[in-house]
Amino acid sequence: MTQVALTLGPLFFHWPAERLRNFYFRIADEAPVDRVHVGEVVCGKRMPFSDPIWPEIIERLERGGKQVVLSTLAAPATVRERKAIAELCIDERLVEINDITALPARSGKPFVTGPFLNVYNEATARFLARHGAHTICPPVELSLGTVGTIASACPEIELELFAFGRLPLALSGRCYHARLHGLHKDSCQFTCEQDPDGLAVDTLDDQSFLAINGVQTLSAEVHAALFEPVTLIRQGIRRLRLSPHDCDMVEVARTYRSVLDETQDPESARFVLSCLELPGHLVDGYARGEAGSRPPVTT
Amino acid sequence: MTTSSRMELVCPAGTPSALRAAVQAGADSVYCGFRDETNARNFPGLNFSPQELAEGVRFAHAHGSKVLVAINTFARAGDTDPWRRAADTAASCGANAVIAADIAVLDHMATQHPDTRLHLSVQAAAATPESIGFYADAFNVRRVVLPRVLSVQEIAALNRAITVETEAFVFGGLCVMIEGRCYLSSYAAGRSPNLNGVCSPPEMVSYDEDRDGTAARLAGFTIDRYAPGEPAGYPTLCKGRFKAGDKAGYLFEDPVSLNAGSMIVAFRAAGVTALKIEGRQRGKGYVTEVVRAFRKAVDAAEQGEDATEIDSILASLSEGGRQTTGAYRKIWR
Repeated sequence: MTQVALTLGPLFFHWPAERLRNFYFRIADEAPVDRVHVGEVVCGKRMPFSDPIWPEIIERLERGGKQVVLSTLAAPATVRERKAIAELCIDERLVEINDITALPARSGKPFVTGPFLNVYNEATARFLARHGAHTICPPVELSLGTVGTIASACPEIELELFAFGRLPLALSGRCYHARLHGLHKDSCQFTCEQDPDGLAVDTLDDQSFLAINGVQTLSAEVHAALFEPVTLIRQGIRRLRLSPHDCDMVEVARTYRSVLDETQDPESARFVLSCLELPGHLVDGYARGEAGSRPPVTT
Repeated sequence: MTTSSRMELVCPAGTPSALRAAVQAGADSVYCGFRDETNARNFPGLNFSPQELAEGVRFAHAHGSKVLVAINTFARAGDTDPWRRAADTAASCGANAVIAADIAVLDHMATQHPDTRLHLSVQAAAATPESIGFYADAFNVRRVVLPRVLSVQEIAALNRAITVETEAFVFGGLCVMIEGRCYLSSYAAGRSPNLNGVCSPPEMVSYDEDRDGTAARLAGFTIDRYAPGEPAGYPTLCKGRFKAGDKAGYLFEDPVSLNAGSMIVAFRAAGVTALKIEGRQRGKGYVTEVVRAFRKAVDAAEQGEDATEIDSILASLSEGGRQTTGAYRKIWR
């Protein structure tokens, strides 16, 4: 039977270098994922802090048998950010494109498209495959059935479903961490570093709603798409993407792996996840074709 | 691309009567969409049937105006036909250009209708020379509608680096998120701009009275609260009041609208080809008033009038609502 693989997606948050090192070293040694994305995707201003640590992390991940994917910025703006993308695109490793900016530099060489790139249908997927798209992780708002429709029309592409983490919902030219602290983006003082999973945004009636992470807005709740492997395979899903959080990600990966290996059913896996220190409650509406904020249907 | 010709005023036409109003008020171009999910203003009571579009094109052309057709949502997987059909209809009606964001739609236009001009929708969020260059090379896109994240200085630099025309939003509603890359609406309410052409869908809105006043909610999420007697606004997701850390307020954006009328001269200097007025959901009275004022303002700018003179022309447009120049001034970030 075809196996569904696990990917650790790129980290969205601003973690200090030491935390990055510890986190990825443990992933390299213990997490049952075969592919790990590294690199900054949300804010180019953070890159000088993390850039020096990545070579060491990549080396350790590869030594641990992981395939490393170099992720690129989702909303490049400055000359320096565009240059950083161009430099990553010539790498021999797999590269993740999160903005069309990277496409001309990477066209013809294999790449992954991340959920920031608008792949909504098989025609777009096929077009990108002709340019080198190898794996496509569509926008989070697409349901399992829709991703399955793309997969069945494009057997040459590996379709990856965003399966765990706060949902990346929006990007802006404005930094909300800076705005909240009365600062401007250009002199932001990196206040986003204080919130390793983003900062929760509640409604005035205290409903848990969103989370801010610099220029990014995420869901407050944690998306957990847990399906029987036969369901995923029937839809042509070849990978699940787990998005890093400040929780026991090795346990998260083990939990997903156990569901894919049929040693644990989705229901009990949800229970295991809900016992971890996650930043929000579990939701999975998007995967079921509903509003993304809808909680799992319990049977 | 920098240009020395007269700036084009691109105006909204949510309905055939708004199209006629915009043309008569001096629009160089009007933009509109079909009455379905293929356009990003898919609201009840708006938009055009194929026959209305054909009539609209005839009317506009007879008065020397152009018609741009927005097919700017993302085609549904397994059901891309409605988007292809919309593109075919726009071309056969004699539209001067199609405004698209989805690679599937752009590819269909480029291969099936190479003689119809293609404009890249703001929903494609192309903001760098590399991404704009890609769309120009791959699909022969001739103009890019700029994401509302660039300062006017950045627009000037961009225009020096690209070979296609640029169009900048100058007035109307303001998205604070990068358009085409925002899923907030489907997260809360199940329908979104990219999938359905709708943001913060009206059928999910409720105004609930309680002891403290009125809660304006979207799919049950409180987007804002109003004291008893205070007029309640529409609960657009990103313009609500929320709590984060120890603060409460408009975390994303105040309930403001864009008015960059004072920057028309700066846009011209930055090499912008066309100025776009948002507002396909607006009636013909509003369209007439705004287009007429901007017609005067653009003509004044072309004749070398100074910014103060232009400001006085546009002053009448302030409806008491708060306005911003948005990202065009760097301080917004």
